[in-house]
Amino acid sequence: MASTDNSLQVDAHGRLKHFLTIDGLDRALLVNILDTAESFAGVGERAVKKVPLLRGKTIVNLFFEPSTRTRTTFELAAKRLSADVLNINAGTSSTTKGESLLDTLRTLEAMHCDMFVVRHSQSGAAHFIARHAAPHISVINGGDGRHAHPTQAMLDMFTIRRHKGEFSSLKVAIVGDVSHSRVARSQIHALVTLGAAEVRIVAPRTLVPPGIESLGASVYHDLRAGLADADVVILLRLQNERMQGALLPSSHEYFQYYGVTEEKLAAAATDAIVMHPGPLNRGVEIDSDVADGSRSVILSQVSNGIAIRMAVMSMAIGSHAAADREDG
Amino acid sequence: MRLRISGARVVDPANDVNTVTDVFIAEGHVQAVGKAPDGFEADRTLDASGLVLIPGIVDLRARLGEPGAEHKGTIASESRAAAGGGITTLCCPPDTDPIVDTPAVAELIHQRAASSGLARVEVLGALTRELDGQNLAEMGALKEAGCLGVSNALQAVSNTEVMRRAMEYAATFGLTVFVHAEDPWLARGRLVHDGAVGTRLGLAGIPEIAETIAVARELLLVEETGTRVHFCHLSTGPAVDMVRDAQSHGLPVSADVAIHQLYLTEADVGSFDGFCHVRPPLRGIDDRARLRAGVRAGVLAGICSDHQPHELDAKLNPFSETEPGISALDSLLALVLGLVDSDEFTLSQAISALTSGPAAILGIARGTLSVGAVADACLFDPNEQWLLDDANMRSRGHNTPFKNGTLKGRVVCTLLAGRIVFESPSC
Repeated sequence: MASTDNSLQVDAHGRLKHFLTIDGLDRALLVNILDTAESFAGVGERAVKKVPLLRGKTIVNLFFEPSTRTRTTFELAAKRLSADVLNINAGTSSTTKGESLLDTLRTLEAMHCDMFVVRHSQSGAAHFIARHAAPHISVINGGDGRHAHPTQAMLDMFTIRRHKGEFSSLKVAIVGDVSHSRVARSQIHALVTLGAAEVRIVAPRTLVPPGIESLGASVYHDLRAGLADADVVILLRLQNERMQGALLPSSHEYFQYYGVTEEKLAAAATDAIVMHPGPLNRGVEIDSDVADGSRSVILSQVSNGIAIRMAVMSMAIGSHAAADREDG
Repeated sequence: MRLRISGARVVDPANDVNTVTDVFIAEGHVQAVGKAPDGFEADRTLDASGLVLIPGIVDLRARLGEPGAEHKGTIASESRAAAGGGITTLCCPPDTDPIVDTPAVAELIHQRAASSGLARVEVLGALTRELDGQNLAEMGALKEAGCLGVSNALQAVSNTEVMRRAMEYAATFGLTVFVHAEDPWLARGRLVHDGAVGTRLGLAGIPEIAETIAVARELLLVEETGTRVHFCHLSTGPAVDMVRDAQSHGLPVSADVAIHQLYLTEADVGSFDGFCHVRPPLRGIDDRARLRAGVRAGVLAGICSDHQPHELDAKLNPFSETEPGISALDSLLALVLGLVDSDEFTLSQAISALTSGPAAILGIARGTLSVGAVADACLFDPNEQWLLDDANMRSRGHNTPFKNGTLKGRVVCTLLAGRIVFESPSC
């Protein structure tokens, strides 16, 4: 099966033009992102938390969907790179006003921006924008529909690498609503590309999308079996609206069978780490004992998010600058 | 005009004809095939050696834009495209704006078609009033206004009792019910095939059972009511099997397939290609193989364009916000001929699915070059290669995933009741 078109996000020299999805990127590039992020990781701990890499560049956070954590870490990342940042919370209002996405895009282009960080409720929105944006603009996908959330996946990989080192020996269990999760899709692509020994997803049948095995994951419906000997346990947020309709009977029953507690976690490797992209639903997908326990690395995920976003932003804008020099 | 078309390979599947011969046309009808009638003097003779002459194509489903969406296309603009594509009869579904649930709308469409004079436009009337799926439309009056059948277009009739009564009522007037088989609960809010590509792209999928459950229900209702039902643009292999079994049990059912389903699969959605957003969605490779086999076996008696012209903006959105459909009148014949070239179909099978097959489904005496038949015909060069680009598209809509592809087989001349409605410079 054809994977997602890669020429859109990687230039002829293998450099990142846009960052839209992990799907199709090669291992060397992912490692490069992780290594670059490593070099930025210390910046936030310094007294002067800035490097001048993107001075004079303008980055637009174009959020069509509400977000706190992703938007603020993108904003902090941009500021630490010395870029100017414009936050636009388009919500769904621009479409209700009748302005098309393309018109919004053209308006912002006219303001001479260098990068769009896009979050949108529709799968494929970031691809669409990248395809239609002026050539000097980089697009970073901050989450599109159920499709991809590549910076979240890379910050998760960064966190895993910092705690576990190499991927090749790791068994990773992703627990929860994979069907509606852009995070899970991007994590699976990243883990498979980085060579994780085993990528499992654990969920009731109603939350497993068809053909997910073709991405390289194995499917478990029993939590204990799925957690057995896992080195990394990643929990997914369960949206409240999944309780309506016919996907799940109740959050109570979900917690009963798929909520991760200390007791169920005993099946995992003794040094397993527990991750969650946030925000947490305590008592639904995760017990407080686990969320606040010694194996939880949830808060370091957040700080790592800034380093990863700095890495991706500087690489994408850098590739455009390099391309300009070559053209000149 | 008295016309002699000489030396063409004449392919007329209804009469089992596939031979090089001459055809003589006068007074809008085919006068003779082979030997000239006594005293026939042609006003014009077309030297058609090396060309193929077929009955005018009967397209079971094409949206023309008018009335209601004239920015996408008009009856005049799309009839012009049809003529250029060798299509002489277009059948449009009732979901125009206003909906074809009163005789006045059907009459309007017929009048506009007559004044453009480039193609015949047939109309399906609404099955339910405003396509609401609840109240029967005035099917008797619609039939009198010339509607060839009734349909609820893409709108579901989810209430089984309403569907049963609608079928019974349609059968009262001898009307065929044209069905878009899709369970609304399994399809709502979804876009692509429910499979690996949809999962990869994060696009919610319409499972195959959305089609097969709907086909199963309608087949049971056909058994109950005896109504003649036609399944439009089937997309799944299992549905083809179900229709084949029903036909072998003698049920009055027929089915067609859209040309794009014979070429494309879910994989062509690729990285969110809005041009491949169609309804029903593109399915798997196995489905495509079984749809092709269905055409070969005659279970799918028609290949339609499922033409849906769009303005540029309709596809300039993230995938899920694009409007579904492909502009296909310009490319229908060449794409079907491509499947003959790749040995999927014999030329007779292919031409039958474009002419006599659809004509029989619509219950009209067209789609043949029998002596005495109305002279709707298409003459094409099977070897001419051409580029499907903006300049070569006559439809107002240029939305096609086949754009900038090289096609083989090009219309040289189209006749509507013996009158030339399209002629290429090489004619």
